Order: sequence, then C-alpha cells, then structure tokens
Amino acid sequence: MLGLGVDRLQADINRLLASLFHQGVLDEHFLQLQQLQDETSPNFVYDVINIYFDESEKLLRNLRLLLMDREFSDYKKIGLHLNQLVGSSSSIGARRVRNVCVAFRSASELSNRPGCLRGLEVAEHEYHYLKNMMHELFQVLSFILLLHMRIKLGYGRQ
Amino acid sequence: MVCEMETDQIEEMDVEVLSSMWPEDVGTEADKQFNVEKPAGDLDTLKEVTIEEKPTIADLTRLPDLLNSTHQGTSQLTNLVKQWEYMQDNAVRLLREELKNLNRQREEAEAKELKIIEDYKFESNEPENVPVLDETSDLFRKFRQKKRDALIDSKKIEIDEEFDTVAYWKQKALSLEKMLEASTERERRLVEKLHESLKTMESHAAPVQELTQNLKRAEGFLHFILQNAPIVMGHQDKDLRYLFIYNKYPSLREQDILGKTDVEIFHGGGVKESEDFKREVLEKGKASKREITFTTDLFGSKTFLIYVEPVYNKAGEKIGINYMGMEVTDQVVKREKMAKLREDNAVRKAMESELNKTIHITEETMRAKQMLATMSHEIRSPLSGVVGMAEILSTTKLDKEQRQLLNVMISSGDLVLQLINDILDLSKVESGVMKLEATKFRPREVVKHVLQTAAASLKKSLTLEGNITDDVPIEVVGDVLRIRQILTNLISNAIKFTHDGHVGIKLQVISEPSFARDNALNADAEVDNGLTETSVWIRCDVYDTGIGIPENALPCLFKKYMQASADHARKYGGTGLGLAICKQLVELMGGQLTVTSRVNEGSTFTFILPYKVATSDDYSDDQDEFSDMTDHQSEPDDTTEGYFQFKPLLGSIYSNGGPAISNGFLPHKVMLTTSPIKLINGFVADPSNNTGQSEIVQVENGGYVDETKLETSSGHCPESAHQYENGNGRCFSKESESCSSSQASSEGGTLEMESELTVSSQREEEKAETNLKETSKPKILLVEDNKINIMVAKSMMKQLGHTMDIANNGVEAINAINRSSYDLVLMDVCMPVLDGLKATRLIRSYEESGNWNAAIEAGVDKDILENEQVCVRSTNRLPIIAMTANTLAESSEECYANGMDSFISKPVTLQKLRECLQQYLH
Repeated sequence: MLGLGVDRLQADINRLLASLFHQGVLDEHFLQLQQLQDETSPNFVYDVINIYFDESEKLLRNLRLLLMDREFSDYKKIGLHLNQLVGSSSSIGARRVRNVCVAFRSASELSNRPGCLRGLEVAEHEYHYLKNMMHELFQVLSFILLLHMRIKLGYGRQ
Repeated sequence: MVCEMETDQIEEMDVEVLSSMWPEDVGTEADKQFNVEKPAGDLDTLKEVTIEEKPTIADLTRLPDLLNSTHQGTSQLTNLVKQWEYMQDNAVRLLREELKNLNRQREEAEAKELKIIEDYKFESNEPENVPVLDETSDLFRKFRQKKRDALIDSKKIEIDEEFDTVAYWKQKALSLEKMLEASTERERRLVEKLHESLKTMESHAAPVQELTQNLKRAEGFLHFILQNAPIVMGHQDKDLRYLFIYNKYPSLREQDILGKTDVEIFHGGGVKESEDFKREVLEKGKASKREITFTTDLFGSKTFLIYVEPVYNKAGEKIGINYMGMEVTDQVVKREKMAKLREDNAVRKAMESELNKTIHITEETMRAKQMLATMSHEIRSPLSGVVGMAEILSTTKLDKEQRQLLNVMISSGDLVLQLINDILDLSKVESGVMKLEATKFRPREVVKHVLQTAAASLKKSLTLEGNITDDVPIEVVGDVLRIRQILTNLISNAIKFTHDGHVGIKLQVISEPSFARDNALNADAEVDNGLTETSVWIRCDVYDTGIGIPENALPCLFKKYMQASADHARKYGGTGLGLAICKQLVELMGGQLTVTSRVNEGSTFTFILPYKVATSDDYSDDQDEFSDMTDHQSEPDDTTEGYFQFKPLLGSIYSNGGPAISNGFLPHKVMLTTSPIKLINGFVADPSNNTGQSEIVQVENGGYVDETKLETSSGHCPESAHQYENGNGRCFSKESESCSSSQASSEGGTLEMESELTVSSQREEEKAETNLKETSKPKILLVEDNKINIMVAKSMMKQLGHTMDIANNGVEAINAINRSSYDLVLMDVCMPVLDGLKATRLIRSYEESGNWNAAIEAGVDKDILENEQVCVRSTNRLPIIAMTANTLAESSEECYANGMDSFISKPVTLQKLRECLQQYLH
C-alpha cells in the first residue's frame, strides 16, 4: 500500500496538472519553473509561487483600492501595477491570469473605467482559481513528502 | 230564382264584354313572374337532359326510345307541360281576379243609378214608365240600370223642353239616337278587341312552340356551362355498354365507344375498378360517388371522380346507369402532396421534440457530470487532508487498538479517494476530455511491475504469475499509464475474489480481431498520429481461480456501480466503478474487454488492444529516456523474460497485520534512506515534466515542442527525475523480492548505489565545467523590478552556471554600473523611477563622454555618481539586452534606437537566456 499511495498521489498531481494545462490556466513556463528546481533549491517552485501570490495579492488589492476611488483618474498607476502582474504571471506560466491582465491593461490604457472594473473582477477570479489549484497541488506534494518521511522512518501501514 | 239566374247570366256577359278592359300590363306581369321561376325550375331538370351536341356521340335511334321509356327521359317533357299548365292557370287566376273587380264596379254603379233615379223622381217628378205590375217594375228598373251601366259616363239626359211636348220628344229621340251611335261604335271596338285577343290567344295557345323555345334555352345553357368543363358524361345500359357519351376531349371515335363496355375500350389500372363500381351501383340501385385512378395507354395516369346513378324505366326496372366523371388528377396530386407535407411536418415535429428532449437530457447529464467532477475535486482536497494526517498519525507511537482504528480510518479514506478518482476518470472518459498518450513502454516490465505491486500488498496465500509469449515485442507504443491502470484494476479485482490458487496475467500476440476490421477507419486515424510503426494486437488475459461470476451477473458486470450481487458488495467492498472504467478505457484505446467465468472455478478478463511497434530508430533515440526504467542493465534477461512468479513467503506475517510487518520492511529502509529528499525533489520535477510535456504537445503545436525537447536534453533535471522513478519503481520490486530472497534486496541496493554514482559524477563534471568558467567568470547585471522575474531569472542563471547582480530600476542600474564593471546587462524596459530605455541612453552617453552629466541632468542622484566617478572605467561598449514584454510600447526598434544591443522577449526562458549568453559572453 505504501507505494500505491505514492503512486496514486502522483497520478493525482498528473491529473491536476493535465487539467490545468488543458484549461489553459498554466502554460509551458510553469514547466520551465519546475525544471529550474534542483537539489540546491528544493523548494524553488513552492517559494516562487508563494511570492507570486503575495505580490499579486498586494497588486490586486491596490488595483481594487484605486478603482474603487470615485475621484480616481490615475490610469497610469493602474498600468504600472498591471505590468507587474502581467510580468510575473507570464514568468510563472499563469497564462489565464496573464491574458486577463493584458486585457485589463488595454482597458486601462483607454481609460475605460467599466472595462477596468470588469477586468479586475475577472482577474481576481482567475487569480483565486489559480491559487486554489496551486494550493491543492502543494497539498498533495506535501503528502508525498510526508509519506516519504514515513517510509524513511520505517513506520507505516501495510 | 230568376234573380240568381240573371246574375249568372250577367257574369258570363261581363267576362266576355269586359275582357277588353284588362289592363295592358297585367299580362306582362304574369310573364315576368313566369320568367323568374322558369330558370329555377329548369336547373333541376337540366341535369337530366342530355343534349345532342357535337362532342356527343349518341345512338340516335335509341335515344328517343330511351327518353320515352325512362323516367329521366320523360321527366323533361313532363316538366315543360307542367310549366305550360302553370302558365295557363296563372292566366285564369288573373282573369278571375279581374272579373271580381268588375263586378264590384258594377255594383257600385248600380247603387249610384238607384240614387239618381230616386233623386230624379223626387225633383223632376218625372213620370216613369211605371210598370203596371209591381213585380215587373223591378225587372224594368234592372234593365235600365244595366243600360246605364253600359255607359261609361252615364250622364243624365238633359231635356229643356216641357214634358210631353213635341219638342220634348224630339229632343229625347235625338239624344237617344246619339247614345245609340256611341253604343254601336263601342260595340265595334269591342269586337275588334275580341279579335285581337283571339289572335294572341292563338299564339299563346301553342305549347309546343314554347316548349321548343325552352328546350333551346336549356340547350344553350347546358352548352354554355359544359363547354370547357373537364367532364365526361355518359349512359350505359344494363350490360354497361355505352349508349351515349359526352366528352369534351374525345380521343375515340363513335364506333369505338358505343355499344362497348369500359373493359372493352380501355386497358390498364382502374378500368376494372370502375366497371365493378358501376356494376355495384347498378345492383344496389343507389347513386354514389368514387374516386378512381386510371392508368391507361390512352390518356396516361389520371384520377377521376365518378358519379354513377342507376336509371329505371317507367315500370321501375333498372335499364342502365348514368355516369359522370370529372378529372381531378391535379387536385388529387395536390391533396396527396398536402397530406405528405402534413405527415412530414408531423414527423419532423415529433423528431424535433424528441431531439429537444435528448438535448435536454444530454445537457442535464453533462451538467450533472460537470457538477460531479467539480464536487469530486472539492471533496478530494479536504479528504486527502484527512487521510494524509491519518497516515502521519500512524507514524507516531500508537498502541495496538489505536493502530487498528487508524488503519480502518485510513483504508476508508483511501476507498473514498479511490471512488472519487474513479468518478473523475469516468467522467473524463465519457466527456471525451481524456487524451491518450503515446509513449514507448515494455509490456513485460509493466506486467512485472503490476504483479510486484499487487504482491506487495498481498494478504493471501496466492501465487501471482505473469506469462508473456515470445512474440510479444519488447517495446510497444501506447498509453502505458492507462494500460497499467487497467491491469492493476483487473489484478486487484482478481485477488479480491480469489482466496487461494493463483492469479495471473498472460500476454500474447494475436491477429487483428474482427471488430477492429470493422472500425478500420478509427485505426487509420490512430496510425495518423505521426509515428510510423506497424500495429500489433496483443491479447491480455487476467485470470484467477476465484469464486467466479454467475452467468446472469455477466451482463451488468461492466455497468457503473454494479457488482455481481449485493452480497458480494458487502463482503468484498469496492466502488463498483473499476470494471466500468477498465471497459471504457479499453474501448477508448480501440480495444475490447470481455470476460468468461465459471462459478467457483474462476474468471478470465480478456482485453485486446492495438499497439504500435516502435521502430529501431526511435528505440535508440529514446534509449536514455528509458534507461532509468531499466533495471535490465544489471538484470539483462528482464527485457525478454517471459515468466514471472510471485509467492507470498510467510503467510503468518501477512495475516497478522500492522506492527509485525514493519520489520518485514526494514531491509529496504537502507535503500530508501539514501535519497529521500531527492525523491521529493525529483518528483516535483519529474511527473509534471513528463505528463505536462506530452500534454503540451497535444494542446500546442509547433515551436514549443522543440524548445522543451532541447531543454530536456540539455538540462540535468530529467536525470534526477528518472532517478526518482527508478527508485520508486524499484521500491516495489524490492518489497516483494526481499520477501523471497534477501539477496535480491541487496542486489537492488547496490544497483541503486550504482545509478546514484553515475548521476552524481555527471553533476560533478558539470560543476567542474562551471568552475572552469568561473576563472573568467562574467559579471552580469539584471535590471528588473519584478520580484518573481528576478527569482526566475536568477534561478536560470544558476542553472546556466552564472551568478548575477540585481538592480531594481534604472537608477540603481546606473549606480551599479558606475560602481563596478559588468560584461552584460539584462535590462527590463518597463520599470518605475527610471525605465530601461532611458537608463540605457544614459549609460551610452556615459560611455561616450566618460561622465554622468546626462544622468545627473536626468535627475539621478548626483552625489553618488560624483563620488564614484573617481574610478573611470573602460569605455568598451557594454552589451545591454532589453527584456521586453512585446507590447506596443516596447517595440524592438525603440530598443535599438535607445542603444540596446538585442532583446529577449518576456517571459524569459532558459533557452533564450542561454542563446543570449552564448552570443554576448565569450
């Protein structure tokens, strides 16, 4: 059962990733990210993604604050924020978030407030979806880690 | 009595005398009345009148006979006579009325005369010719009265002379003479009128003439109506021989028709039917209508509406039929078309509603499935939390009871997880989302692996065996994951229902099965995948000596959530989805899954699948990719070995459960401890890499494929990935083999060491390489404001064996360049404070002028620059590579215009970075 458990979790991850790729949530840059991970930086993917979430959350919060302000007119600032978001999203391969942000950015370039608001909605939605998926992914990964620890310790159910 | 006689007499007289006084218009009035009524009366009769016209072909000698002998024939004449009689009646009635009128007038006049006489008597005292006898006086008076009546203006005779003088008498005689004259004149006129009247009477009195006239009119009317009507009329005798026929468009001559029957005249469809119909009418004596379609050589296919009525003679005997036909072909065609349209419409409507229903159901199902899939995902996350924690809990110190409870908990959790995964798989297959991957694999290894895995968790004293015939290729192409899933499923199923004996897998090559030939098209599509291999069909039997499956349970065996019986479900557990998934997977891959079974003897599940045989070229290509899987370097016979057997050694240990077993696992603890961390690292990189890669290949086309391939071949992460897979795979083999022979485990251990060694040596080589480079280690500056991008770029640089400094914006970059020398600058274009383009311009201006004046003018911190400016640097042109996001604002022209040497489009990939470094660092 030991091996089976790992096998299955592994299959879970494959399944999850496959579906994320299918849906276009992720793209090849995510794979690239995984390839960058080696024994010298064992938690590279995890770390990068976590920082990405921290940063993006801040950016989205700022964007919301900016857009919610009635007097607001600083579309340039919005553009800067979005540049950040687009840049980091494309780096980690969060394709859908990136695409949504690009659309959002073009709305901001046209000073299209309703467009911006909608862009924000969609971006937030995509962001949260990605976050949930990643959360699941890392959760399964951590189980695998725990299982290996257990194997290492020699305990375990049959 | 005398009186009565007189009145009669007078009346008679009146009629004769007064006839001349009929108002002139009375007669015409009667005529009008007649005229109005006549056509109405005619209409009914016309139908029965047959008129000899040009198109009519009639037997002239027999027609009068017929007319005289039949009711129909005589009725026309009768009608005309009746009309005449009615006319005369009318005249009589009118005369009577006039008579009454005149009588009344006469009575009035008499009354008037009486009064005048009385007046005269009284006034003039004129002696009357006084009757001697009282009785006669009245008579006398009557005569006088009558005489006076005859005068229209009965005026009194005025005589001026003395009564009873000569003059008086003279005068009286004169006036009487005048009156006589007038009377004579009137009489003459009356005689004239009488003559006249007699003449007209004569002309009216000729009914034959009138009848003829009427007949002519009816004839004209009929002709007018029937001229263009598509009607055929005729009369046939008892034997249904035509006596006469009217046909607007005759196509036969007289002699061809008369005296013959329908059957004799025409041939073809409908003729017999009409003949029968006529006969039927004749027999029943009841007129009726019918629609008959004729298909004759004469006039093609035409439909006639036929009216047939029997004809009787005066004695009431049937003598034949009248027949009338109207061509209704067009109407019938239209009607039929309409009916057909209506029918089509109804059918289409029914189909539409059926389709709608289906669509609705499908939508519902899809939604339900989607829902199920979503739910399953949602459920799985927390559940894996529960199971994971429970598993971790099981690694802590627990007493026996706690451990048992925990085991139950974990296995229940596992079951639910398995169920959810099954559901997800199933909905994936059903919704068509599931894509098959074509990877090379070795069937023998797969079988062995599956058996090993099964043996590892075996709790019964069963023999697991694998038997592969020699003709099975060493390597084939297929979706190994799915095939393994099927095999594992079937094997665990077999083990579940088998208490002792053996369970096994048998592989053999077979010729193309019949069902595949039917689906030749599908097969073609598969061949098109781009791999040019020959196909081979492999039959795989998974057999057991278990409880078997009763025959009646076989049909629903592959149905979802079904188990052979409720009893079994309780006894053996399971989700009931396993076989359904296997079947669907096999069918998805173009194969077939069947089962044969005997109760208490065992079951055999057989699936036949097509595989492609890898060509030798491909084989060598992928050699290294699969080298990991290959224990065969040390166990060379593994690739061709056709028989495996796994037996549980110590039944007691397996039946004891938990803690005792942990000892049994001790041996390979050693092996696993060697690189637990690496396993995890490797994992992260590996499976996602593998699957992700193939996923992408399916989703995207073109460039990307090469890219990843390049990267895989160049980077060393794949090695670590394989290493993991290797370790993992061996983990099972060791588990089982260690049970049978301790030697095997040690052998595995050394093996592991070996591969570990080779990999680490590879790494060292690389390291040496980078060290070598470090002697002239290039200094790289990354100017980038995005944390993530910095992390990623840094990591890439590390992989490429470089380190670099970071500047967060243009100002920092200028400061850094001012401070130390760099061999390469990677410059983000879009940055806060000072963007990449401006920063580059400032750097270029510094290179040319040797001072930072431009930068100071642009607002970069003066002090810092001035302080640092002491150390003037080489004026070599510094390569600056732009990193653009390919937006409009960041065009490549602009980069070049601002003094940049090249650009990399973002997001940066390892490949792009490597190429860039190769170009600018020597």
